[in-house]
Amino acid sequence: MSSSVARKGMGLDVLTLGVLLSVLALVSLFLTANTHDPLMKVHAVILLGAFVLGIAALFMRAAGGLGFDQSRYEEGIIKAGVVATVFWGLVGFLVGVIIASQLAFPNLMYFEDIGWLNFGRLRPVHTSAVIFAFGGNALMATSFYIVQRTNRARLAGGVWPWFVFWGYQLFIVLAATGYVSGITQSKEYAEPEWYIDLWLTIVWVAYLLVFLGTLWKRKIKHIYVANWFYLAFIITVAMLHIINNLSMPIGLTEHKSYSLFSGVQDAMTQWWYGHNAVGFFLTAGFLGMMYYFVPKRAERPVYSYRLSIVHFWALIFIYIWAGPHHLHYTALPMWTQTLGMTFSIILWMPSWGGMINGLMTLSGAWDKLRTDPVMRMLVVSVAFYGMSTFEGPVMSIRAVNSLSHYTDWTIGHVHSGALGWVAYVSFGALYCMVPWLWKRKRLYSNDLVEWHFWISTIGIVFYITAMWVSGIMQGLMWRAYNTFGFLEYSFVETVEAMHPYYIIRMVGGLLFLIGALIMAYNLWRTARGDVRKGEVVPDAEPLSIAIPTAN
Amino acid sequence: MSDRPEIDDHSGVETTGHEWDGIKELNTPLPRWWLIIWGACIVIAAIYMVLMPSWPLPWANTYLKGTRHYSERATFAKDMAKLAASRGPSEAKLAATALDQIEADPELLNFAMAAGRSAFGDNCATCHGSGGVGGLGYPALVDDDWLWGGTLDDIKFTITNGIRSTGDDTRFSQMPAFGKDGLLSASEIKDLVEYVTHLSNREADAAAVARGATLFADNCAACHGEDGKGMHELGAPNLTDAIWLYGGDRAAITNTITNAHQGVMPTWGGKLKPWTIDALTIYVHSLGGGE
Repeated sequence: MSSSVARKGMGLDVLTLGVLLSVLALVSLFLTANTHDPLMKVHAVILLGAFVLGIAALFMRAAGGLGFDQSRYEEGIIKAGVVATVFWGLVGFLVGVIIASQLAFPNLMYFEDIGWLNFGRLRPVHTSAVIFAFGGNALMATSFYIVQRTNRARLAGGVWPWFVFWGYQLFIVLAATGYVSGITQSKEYAEPEWYIDLWLTIVWVAYLLVFLGTLWKRKIKHIYVANWFYLAFIITVAMLHIINNLSMPIGLTEHKSYSLFSGVQDAMTQWWYGHNAVGFFLTAGFLGMMYYFVPKRAERPVYSYRLSIVHFWALIFIYIWAGPHHLHYTALPMWTQTLGMTFSIILWMPSWGGMINGLMTLSGAWDKLRTDPVMRMLVVSVAFYGMSTFEGPVMSIRAVNSLSHYTDWTIGHVHSGALGWVAYVSFGALYCMVPWLWKRKRLYSNDLVEWHFWISTIGIVFYITAMWVSGIMQGLMWRAYNTFGFLEYSFVETVEAMHPYYIIRMVGGLLFLIGALIMAYNLWRTARGDVRKGEVVPDAEPLSIAIPTAN
Repeated sequence: MSDRPEIDDHSGVETTGHEWDGIKELNTPLPRWWLIIWGACIVIAAIYMVLMPSWPLPWANTYLKGTRHYSERATFAKDMAKLAASRGPSEAKLAATALDQIEADPELLNFAMAAGRSAFGDNCATCHGSGGVGGLGYPALVDDDWLWGGTLDDIKFTITNGIRSTGDDTRFSQMPAFGKDGLLSASEIKDLVEYVTHLSNREADAAAVARGATLFADNCAACHGEDGKGMHELGAPNLTDAIWLYGGDRAAITNTITNAHQGVMPTWGGKLKPWTIDALTIYVHSLGGGE
């Protein structure tokens, strides 16, 4: 930042963050010195190192002058978020391909003495990497971008957004190193132990305050719908995270803790969390992304303002009830199962409100599907969103669930949402943002986006069709009885029957990874300012970083 | 920025008049089909809530039972009762019939085979493989080579009591680890390996075989027999055929003589019902080589 522009701010942000980091550094020093738990010691050292680095970075920042230029958008942090999104995406997809291969070929990478390469340790690395590291960074980066642009305000909190960014990366590193070394509280999608959860809580509250602070500073009266969705995502995830992770550590210098809940209450709390992680992290948050990038890229107005209001409130009020459908035919009381199922059915149309608004915004710009592969990626993501949010309520019906539950059908369902919706809308957003942020006229290559689109779409189709066939076959084999009332198939026979589909799934995942590698290359060349030979360079100006004052 | 609504050229619909970073919104009414389907979903859900147990009534410590008074526990009990009614007589008959009499009753034999096949898949196939094909360290049950005997009674005894397991009457034997425990030298083991190779009609070094014969008589014949054909009472494998539990090449035989193997099979008596064990016995006996 040049010194000629007027900076505002007295450095209160630097001071408060400095105090926090100093306190945390002392706490982690205490942990490092006192813990006899070798696993926690590693994490205590990582924490201490991170906080010391943070304090050093703050000093360097303060030495360069305090305050920020409030007439310009904060874009450095979004660039960092874009890089982190691509990086963690590649890591998550790669680990996904590895564990898919391990399922098809169980002896692959099985070493008796190297526990951390086993499927059981790598599986949470994959799920956390794709949901929280890739998805989370995509949500943070796009929310920071959108909240500024749609409110004409620079990101609030001075250096605090950077605390949110780096704090979140630290959370990811702690979580992943914990999983492979055996630190887990065994709650799906909430595996990190108590001290990592506490750290994420601090980061998340800071995220909420930065977001709210920016909304507070807005120069536009109405708040755009994308921001409602992001806000619902941030607030609800905070609530879910805190409640599901309530636990008692066995000691302040021990990594292990015990959940506050037990038995069926624990299961219900976990799936209230788990399902709403899907609802508010993977749906509400990414709908926020969709509501900005689809109309922006299509250059068309959003289809229906009324629909956006109605489906927003319906979605967030109804989603929160749907968790029990993960526990059909279990010890969960029947009345709870009924509510989980019925609310899931009522949720179908509110979910589709987002799809209608996304698709119908294209009306008047459908030709872009042919000419603009980025637009096509965004639209296909909305189509996958519609498909998964129809499949979900169907699978929540008890009779269907009795066939689908515990089978690969569930895995296929999750991945049609995760690959088709979450990843595709994020890819679309990345393709939009990189030229804007790095001030380029265009992407390095549209042809490479086409390659990415087709390779990964074929990958997704391989993946979900293989899992549908495998899952339904598995469910049917499990429930097949012979005329005497004995099970027709043993479990190992069902495993044997799934083998070919596991290979197809592995190939599908590999194609998806290859597509993402093509994207990473394309984005990197775009950031460098290159344009691929033979592709047309438009006569447009790159997007300005200055905040418009009036018009 | 315009604060006044305008008409969108393409759709002819009015905008809301708001604009954010170039994005406007149309004021399109809610799609009618969307509202109708949503309404239908709500009605279906409400009907389901009336029929089935649904809302909790915490002040009365109960819940709405629903007009059908559905209970998962009761449904499960009913299913199990139905199964007991359809299968019970055959189970009782199987339990009451002596093993060697089962084959005489084709209907009972069919039942025993179905039950045995199912129980085998759930309990035995993990080690012995689907259909009992076996694997390295896990005996194949489809051939006529038996470690502890292949008669109906032998098989039933093995399943009931296990091998080197926890049951009081478990089958037990222990081959010494000749190499590891220093009972034989490396060169002696090498001679023995040649002799054992020779036993199963394969080419071997004649001088070593001659030396190995003495070693075999002194150290191995007590269990494996003078002729190497094994002994069911001790679970000692026949060494003259082409079937090898832990591999039959020279390296594998060297390993077995050096370290010995102590395979374990669980004690199933007490875990499985007696008639299930009978059914398993009949099934395993039929796989290919029952004596």
